[in-house]
Amino acid sequence: MAVLVIADHDGAIVRDTTHKTVTAALALSSDVDVLVLGKGAQAVADAAAKITGVRKVLLAEGDAVAHGLAEAVEATVLPLAAGYDAILSPATTDGKNFAPRLAAKLDVAPISDIVEVVSADTFVRPIYAGNALETVQSADAKKVITVRPTAFAAAGEGGSASVESVAAGEAPKTAFVSEEMVKSDRPELGAAKIIVSGGRALGSADEFHAVMEPLADKLGAAIGASRAAVDAGYAPNDYQVGQTGKVVAPALYIAIGISGAIQHLAGMKDSKVIVAINKDADAPIFQVADYGLVADYKTAVPELMAALG
Amino acid sequence: MKVLVPVKRVIDYNVKARVKADQTGVDLANVKMSMNPFDEIAVEEAVRLKEGKEHHAAGTATEIVVVSIGVTQAQETLRTALAMGADRGVLIQSDADLEPLAVAKLLKAVVDEEKPDLVLMGKQSIDGDNNAVGQMLAALLDWPQATFAGKLVIGDGKATVTREVDGGLQTVAATLPAVVTVDLRLNTPRYASLPNIMKAKKKEIAVKAVADYGVDVADRLKVLKVTEPPKRSAGVKVADAAELVSKLKDAGVL
Ligand SMILES: Cc1cc2nc3c(=O)[nH]c(=O)nc-3n(C[C@H](O)[C@H](O)[C@H](O)COP(=O)(O)OP(=O)(O)OC[C@H]3O[C@@H](n4cnc5c(N)ncnc54)[C@H](O)[C@@H]3O)c2cc1C
Ligand SMILES: Nc1ncnc2c1ncn2[C@@H]1O[C@H](COP(=O)(O)O)[C@@H](O)[C@H]1O
Repeated sequence: MAVLVIADHDGAIVRDTTHKTVTAALALSSDVDVLVLGKGAQAVADAAAKITGVRKVLLAEGDAVAHGLAEAVEATVLPLAAGYDAILSPATTDGKNFAPRLAAKLDVAPISDIVEVVSADTFVRPIYAGNALETVQSADAKKVITVRPTAFAAAGEGGSASVESVAAGEAPKTAFVSEEMVKSDRPELGAAKIIVSGGRALGSADEFHAVMEPLADKLGAAIGASRAAVDAGYAPNDYQVGQTGKVVAPALYIAIGISGAIQHLAGMKDSKVIVAINKDADAPIFQVADYGLVADYKTAVPELMAALG
Repeated sequence: MKVLVPVKRVIDYNVKARVKADQTGVDLANVKMSMNPFDEIAVEEAVRLKEGKEHHAAGTATEIVVVSIGVTQAQETLRTALAMGADRGVLIQSDADLEPLAVAKLLKAVVDEEKPDLVLMGKQSIDGDNNAVGQMLAALLDWPQATFAGKLVIGDGKATVTREVDGGLQTVAATLPAVVTVDLRLNTPRYASLPNIMKAKKKEIAVKAVADYGVDVADRLKVLKVTEPPKRSAGVKVADAAELVSKLKDAGVL
């Protein structure tokens, strides 16, 4: 049995979501290939070839696959699919976008967001905002799976696989128009060891920046937000942590002025240590917090900055 | 332009799901059910396309058909959509909880029949958390897809969609007919007014059976068990920031 992992990268480096997906793939089979799609992605392919356990890297290069359009991924992967028993990708917005499309083309049931590989045909995935875990056994000969990166350790960097070119597919009916990416020197939410996350309590975009950024800088942390904070325009959409945003599991998650709705908890309750700062002692966030500080963030955050030295 | 909006009846988003003791699933007896929140956003956008709200030209949508696959009570979900401004409904009755592949195949059959120019739907159902049906429907139809829409502009035979993606926003233009799945920030759905709720009672809902469509809806996945995730228990309250920092240092995370 052979497994194809579709790499997540930013055009220059392979994201560690790929390494984590390789770990899930290796639980299925020892024959794991990685497919890199992109324009000018040779360096990414070379880096993917170093991931421990990878048999071979396939590189599909071209303008058509420069922006991860699902239709182009479909056209690239379908001709390769016969050689694989399973196709895995991280459950990023890209993976979520193309994986079900591929599955439908292959007439298989996609298995979204797995957190455990029980055996080559049996997987565990969260449902109902993580309030239940479903163990499913697939009857399909070929499997199409997205992997929740926070649930798997990253594969190492001891490999030396070969890199082969494959044809890149087109997306004839979809055109890339533009993108607006959030630029930041801070770690990415998915990769950060510490996350400070702000909620509706911050009250304005200016206050969000003024309170969260110095704290994040001091801790070397990434910044997250609740849906309410994103909806209100305090933070970009990409910061949203939760059931329908990003799922994170840092060593330390500090929630500031966040109530702890089911949908928010779904995105952060697997963090190692959770801290909540909230002025309402009955806020549900305290039910999952290891350390709770019942206080107004306006005084608590400056005091925290001072205590951190 | 004709718009088709698939809507699903799911557990209300305010209710915390409880796993059944026999591990066969989630207990839905006497639980409040509602329209999947993302589907409300899709219905709202379709109605705005018809009314010409926001940046949409009036009459961009000329007819809105809503379709639900589910139990008899899913008619209530369709009524809600009709009260928001959809024109007519189709219920494909099924007591079985169909998988996304089966749902996508049934929706494809509905699209073949209704021939909409645009399918607007939720990005994710909040019960199964699949985030799959829209993409699968687009694949089965061989239509382009634009998922996780935070903004939608219809014009020049295209749906130009600003997508909420990891890292920020991406705008793509999909040639119609297309499938667009919606994200949280596309709009804020309206509450149906009493007169519109009354009016919706007279709108047509066609009730069909899965068998009417002749598609294979067999399960591909066998649910072996549904269990409760490990519980996190509440920790301790700290008196002030200084105590917090010392506890975090002791825990080795600072
Ligand atoms: C379909 C759907 C999907 C969703 N997906 C997500 C998701 O992915 N992520 C997500 O986060 N939410 C999501 N939500 C929204 C979720 O239900 C909550 O509405 C949201 O998480 C609330 O955000 P909040 O905690 O910032 O705001 P609130 O619930 O308003 O809480 C604000 C908190 O701040 C505290 N506070 C106020 N002032 C101060 C102060 N001065 N100092 C300290 N504390 C203070 C208050 O006590 C309160 O607890 C979703 C909802 C739906 C319907
Ligand atoms: N049973 C159903 N009936 C109608 N629409 C559905 C059904 N299941 C899913 N959908 C649509 O598909 C979207 C994505 O669902 P899912 O892939 O299950 O997360 C939902 O937001 C609905 O628009």
